[in-house]
Amino acid sequence: MSHVSIYVLNQDSAYEFYVNKLGFKVHTDAPMGKGMRWLTVNAPDQPELEITLMPISEGMMFTKESAATMRELVKKGTFGFGVFECKDIYATYEELKAKGVEFAKEPKKEFYGIEALFKDDSGNWFSLGQKQ
Amino acid sequence: MTTENYPKVYLYRRIVQAKLFIDNNYSENIDLDNIADEAFFSKYHFIRQFKKIYGKPPHQYLITVRIEKAMQLLRTDIPVSEACYAVGFESLSTFSGLFKRIVGLTPSNYLLQQQTIKTQNLKTPLKFVPGCFAEKKGWTKEQF
Repeated sequence: MSHVSIYVLNQDSAYEFYVNKLGFKVHTDAPMGKGMRWLTVNAPDQPELEITLMPISEGMMFTKESAATMRELVKKGTFGFGVFECKDIYATYEELKAKGVEFAKEPKKEFYGIEALFKDDSGNWFSLGQKQ
Repeated sequence: MTTENYPKVYLYRRIVQAKLFIDNNYSENIDLDNIADEAFFSKYHFIRQFKKIYGKPPHQYLITVRIEKAMQLLRTDIPVSEACYAVGFESLSTFSGLFKRIVGLTPSNYLLQQQTIKTQNLKTPLKFVPGCFAEKKGWTKEQF
């Protein structure tokens, strides 16, 4: 897979979260006219996968109603988009917590590895994992 | 389970705080001995624990942070010498040598490369957007 999308409520705020808090790298940040912007980031050790921070706004992809519905669903934390693996979950957890990232679950040993759960600035949640 | 119960929680917190101190003060003349003192470690214990968690000793980590910050500045068209001093290096030749070793390009070549990408982003943004997304968004070649 080369691209994956995360639906976000606001691209500026998502930039702050993914780049300045999680430490992701900006891959492409291009203005597309009429206030639109193509913004993709990479996880630090995964430059081959572009994560598109896709705004939920009325336009070709969403009707007014579906955009409103989607925004509500994202805000409510309906969607879990995946797992970010890290080398040392306790260090990553302490760092992200110090930067104000909201965790729904602290690192815990499970049968498949150590796992924590956090939310992004929009409400999407992710697992933070470390294999054992 | 509470956070207090995971292994070596206090050690982790002190090392993470030291790492965040470097992240926030990279442009200053950081004395790594002071960081070890602040973290209540002997210098050698601190370096060992830091390396265990972050894969490199604190002084190497500081260099990496400075080079990454310099890359960010160069992406905003800042001249090489300005980027060098802004991130805490005192010598342009030291900066250039370390930059080339870590990034694989000299700072000047990196600046040129980024200027080219920026121009392409502005002139032909569709080059960077997969067709399926562009179509869904209604972005066409005629527009760009």
